Amino acid sequence: MPKAEWPPAEKRTLIGKPIDRADGPAKATGTAKYSYDINRPNMLWAKVVTSPHPHAEVAGIDTSAAEKLEGVKGVWKDEAAKEVNYVGQIVAAVAATTEEIATEAVSLVKVNYNPLEHQVVDSDPELFKGDPNKRDQGNVDEAFGKADVTHSGNYGVPVITHCCLEPHGQVAEIRDGEMYVWPSTQNVSGYADRGLSEAAGIPQNKIHVDCQYMGGGFGSKFNPGKWGTISAALAKQTGRPVKLLLDRDLELMIAGNRPSGFSKIKVGATKDGKVTAFESEVWGTSGMSGNPPDLMPYVFDKIPNQRRIVKRIQTNRGPAQAWRAPRHPQNCYLTLAALADTAAALKMDELEFFTKNLDLTARPDVYKEELEIAARLVNYNQKKHVRGDKTPGPIKRGLGISVHTWGGLGHDSECDVTVSPDGSVEAKIGTQDLGTGTRTVIQQVVADTLGLPLDAVKVQIGKNEFPRSGGSGGSTTIGGVSTSSRLAATAALNAVCEAVAQKLGTTAENLEAAGGAIRQVDKPSNRISWKDACAALGVMPITKRGTQTRNEGKAKGFTNEGVGGVQIADVSVDIETGVVTLNEMVAVQDCGLIVNLKLTESQVYGALIMGITYALYEEAVYDPKTGRMLNADMEFYRLAGIKDIGLLKVHMMTGKGYDDRGVIGIGEPPVISPGAAIGNAVANAIGVRVPSLPLTPDRIITALQKEGSIV
Amino acid sequence: MSKQPGSGFSRRGFLKGVGITSVAGGLISPAGLTSAIAAEGDVKGPGETPITLDVNGQKRKLNVEPRVTLLDALRNRLDLTGPKKVCDRGTCGACTVIVDGKPVYSCSMLAVEAEGREVTTIEGIGTPQRMNEVQRAFVKHDAQQCGFCTPGFVTAATAFVRANPKASIEQVRAGLGGNLCRCGTYAGMILAVVDAAKGGSNA
Repeated sequence: MPKAEWPPAEKRTLIGKPIDRADGPAKATGTAKYSYDINRPNMLWAKVVTSPHPHAEVAGIDTSAAEKLEGVKGVWKDEAAKEVNYVGQIVAAVAATTEEIATEAVSLVKVNYNPLEHQVVDSDPELFKGDPNKRDQGNVDEAFGKADVTHSGNYGVPVITHCCLEPHGQVAEIRDGEMYVWPSTQNVSGYADRGLSEAAGIPQNKIHVDCQYMGGGFGSKFNPGKWGTISAALAKQTGRPVKLLLDRDLELMIAGNRPSGFSKIKVGATKDGKVTAFESEVWGTSGMSGNPPDLMPYVFDKIPNQRRIVKRIQTNRGPAQAWRAPRHPQNCYLTLAALADTAAALKMDELEFFTKNLDLTARPDVYKEELEIAARLVNYNQKKHVRGDKTPGPIKRGLGISVHTWGGLGHDSECDVTVSPDGSVEAKIGTQDLGTGTRTVIQQVVADTLGLPLDAVKVQIGKNEFPRSGGSGGSTTIGGVSTSSRLAATAALNAVCEAVAQKLGTTAENLEAAGGAIRQVDKPSNRISWKDACAALGVMPITKRGTQTRNEGKAKGFTNEGVGGVQIADVSVDIETGVVTLNEMVAVQDCGLIVNLKLTESQVYGALIMGITYALYEEAVYDPKTGRMLNADMEFYRLAGIKDIGLLKVHMMTGKGYDDRGVIGIGEPPVISPGAAIGNAVANAIGVRVPSLPLTPDRIITALQKEGSIV
Repeated sequence: MSKQPGSGFSRRGFLKGVGITSVAGGLISPAGLTSAIAAEGDVKGPGETPITLDVNGQKRKLNVEPRVTLLDALRNRLDLTGPKKVCDRGTCGACTVIVDGKPVYSCSMLAVEAEGREVTTIEGIGTPQRMNEVQRAFVKHDAQQCGFCTPGFVTAATAFVRANPKASIEQVRAGLGGNLCRCGTYAGMILAVVDAAKGGSNA
């Protein structure tokens, strides 16, 4: 009987192959319908009314003028709104027959505010009052006393936003007591929550979620949010479908912030470069909840003597949402920058220094192998120099290194595979494809398992009526859906084998699927075509369910967690203008058994580019006086363009020691290191540390001036 | 309305555009503006006005207020949702369409301005069964992830490849500098557009 366990390399026909994205043509031709693209008959457009104040008491909301505007069909007010805590907080909404009328109606809503004191600054630890969270390990003070070299420095990563190209929101429609929603979400099975149900007065079991394509989430699109509940409430109120997607400025202000992280760090080391002590005070903001990223020290977490102090800075800013690899990119930058500066203080090569301290990480052997490969790919030994490029002229070149880690265990997931008597195959999972290739990998796994070509398998995802699957967060999707679809396809295959065993004169245990046929394992010429085999099922299709759970999936080797990756950046910096140019960037990464090499590499390239963007350009700039975000647009909240990325090289670790770990997610890990690698490369180039990201020209020039390198 | 050379705004088009939207309030005296337009004739609005757009080779009749952008007319009135609304102010290129042979940000052109011009959207460039060379190359080199920016990039790249049939990597980087992607698909995109320029993705 065919087994569910992952096949050995020589038996894989589709698993592991660089196969084109299944929905590539739909996306490239604009026929893919995103939630924003859903236009329903008789649909209304909703727009929201938001607070212009960072902190105020709401004294009253008057929508009467808006209601009188021709074309306005519905109005929603936050009846409970007593106080607003950030600019952009939603207090009311209108629904109208056109988008233009809805926009105009918003300007007619009068809200009375009594402004209160506000606070949006997050870079000053003195803003924290109270007892900070403290953790001590080993004997920190004694270790610093004994250290041959001590380095102290301040580092920072500001708040950035998700800037999903498709904004947050949904289309909602209520028909015959049931609600149909088309949200932009990364959580199809779990989207219809109690909040959405209560907003529309429709029970959770009568909410139909459909999200076939979504334009970016990066951790910020799990729940309906206020935009979801308001559109549902307006659909109920007006009896018409309502589309509510945020305008760009609100998307940047309120739909997701990545918390800032600032740190004062002290590192102690021996003169031959072994780190013995690490002390960090870390602060930052996630809006009103305050929490800064606190994984300190990062990756080198076995440093024997550690002290960590955490201070929460509450600010009147839009709320934080998980952003790809929550906490890791900030803590990686803070830790790795301080460690690279310690290497520089020791006048030691950065690669030698990091390699020497790998025993302080969870996976020393993996990192060592990866660092060697990365160094080779970037020609490290030919290009390396001690901190400060001595080449004459204004252009200084440098290399920087970073290492990172992530979990990535597959989430709970269920899959139904149906085989019809005509041989057609369908897989259904209530998962979603964020552009990571979820559709494609399910098709690969099911087709490979059944010995069929790719296009023999129809895949259906994106609806909550399908077997439930986890939200796509934390690099958990691939491990989840590949396991559940493998289990379901194997169960279906076994049913087909049972049906034809007698006909083939053997038992199901001695059959396998290969090349479009069911055949005898030890006598492949004894075979029956897949189509003929399925005819033996009778008149009814068979459906088999595969159920993957985190614990069982890990115990049985289908999925796993804990990956390591390293990155090296090669930059040039013009010390007259402060402009950083990325020459080259190398990523070496493991993620267990790779299901689709092409799409996996796409994820890593994408993560590098997203990382280059936050390293060089991204920052949500807030004005302390008005409390407003000053760059809630795409001119001044800059994303990297096609000209900004340099030469990128990706190397995936495969083969023995990697493939046999099971399937592990890849969405988060490679986005963690770029800030640290690029920051370290800039320091290596210009000879001084630029303490905070992003590495904008003004920060480069300021750092050079402070160090007296230029005047 | 006569066919105008080049792309984007003419002074006359601009005045007509702002004249009947609320943003003009306070900037220009409405009375003065009205007379300036009246002198040129051909006044549109206020209120909905019938127009005919030439989109993907079809004449499409629709009613729009003069303040409606070409992007919103395409997406909200004609259900041509390939062009995407992202920044809505001429920065990101997700709304790119081809007007009289040139790539244009459809969020920054009014629908009434597009009358009498040939508009091609992503829907008019190719279908999943009959993709053009750029679309085939985007699939082959996986120059897309979430895909939300893809129609704008494909449209811009299609116009670029027609104008630069032997483009180098450096020319591609410069030529597609007017579009933005958040997932980070530029690596595949450079390969795709160079490949498409060579006609190399026919396989």
